[in-house]
Amino acid sequence: MSDTTYTTSREALRRRQQDPHRVGHTGHPKNEPVPGTGQGASGPATKRIIVGYGFWVFLLSDIVIFSAFFAAYAVLQGQTAGGPGARDIVELPRTAWETGALLLSSFTCGLSFAATNARNKLWTQVFFVVTGLLGLVFLGLELQEFLSLAARGVTPQRSAFLSAFFAVVGLHGLHVTVGLLWLGTMVAQLQVKGFRREIVHRIICFNLFWHALDIVWVGLFSVVYLLGAVR
Amino acid sequence: MSQADDYDHGRDLAPGDEPEESAGHWVRNYLIGLGFASVLTAASFWAVGAQLIWGPAIPVAIIVLAIAQMGVHLVFFLHVTTGPDNTNNVLALAFGLLVVFLLIAGSVWIMGHLNQRMMQPMPMSQMLDMQR
Repeated sequence: MSDTTYTTSREALRRRQQDPHRVGHTGHPKNEPVPGTGQGASGPATKRIIVGYGFWVFLLSDIVIFSAFFAAYAVLQGQTAGGPGARDIVELPRTAWETGALLLSSFTCGLSFAATNARNKLWTQVFFVVTGLLGLVFLGLELQEFLSLAARGVTPQRSAFLSAFFAVVGLHGLHVTVGLLWLGTMVAQLQVKGFRREIVHRIICFNLFWHALDIVWVGLFSVVYLLGAVR
Repeated sequence: MSQADDYDHGRDLAPGDEPEESAGHWVRNYLIGLGFASVLTAASFWAVGAQLIWGPAIPVAIIVLAIAQMGVHLVFFLHVTTGPDNTNNVLALAFGLLVVFLLIAGSVWIMGHLNQRMMQPMPMSQMLDMQR
């Protein structure tokens, strides 16, 4: 099997037939242990799994950091010190555009991974670029929001609520910025080195990172923006 | 260098990974996820100004829709499944969620209590009682 052809193995076909929706509780008798899943019985895992799992654990700890910022926001929400509250600074149309851009970029990032698995360099790069552009749209909108707020004198030092607001939204924006830099290096690495094994592993990690950022944004636009507009 | 030995069928899966599939399967998966996520996002933006929902229930609706959308992202974008090849990923996720829950719920709970005790201005008579 070469890198360019893409064949479905017999094992994958068996899985699909026995468990088409990947629920997971079919395909092996109850009394028999499942060989090599989660117990390390089949020897050390492959590098692909070790790298992916390690990055998964990092992402979960990153989400714990986010949850600390969320907790601070939830606690400080009412401490406006006579300044503007969430209701006064939230502009839902902009939030809707930001959400759309980030959701679509998550989708195109997934498509790039599908292209990676088919070992199609052109489509991987195309979807990488689209992902990056949508990420830039998101960042631009967020920057515009921060600047227009600052122009109205709404800055982090105005009140505890605003400190928490800028901290949690800014932390996510910082992650998106770092993700875009990473995406740029991934495009360059893929172009120069091709689908070498370690490059594919990095692409897996980038995908996890980008999808996780979108999940954090779901929490952000719901808790900070939508709940802010309701209250 | 073949792709097959890196995938290692029948064993654990890396998070975000799936057993070797055709590109069509991946794309279909992402399309379903995008569809669900769009509907849920639209629903929660609609819920903000909805006359149809009883006022105090709107925040609950938004939070439920957000949790549902996070689930959709986990299943269709990050490919977290209940399959045996995903046991490790799901266990790590469950622990992460536990810490997140403790952090947020604990902070809100403790600080809510502190607020309740510190924010109420004490009546003058009570203050005089304390001085005696």
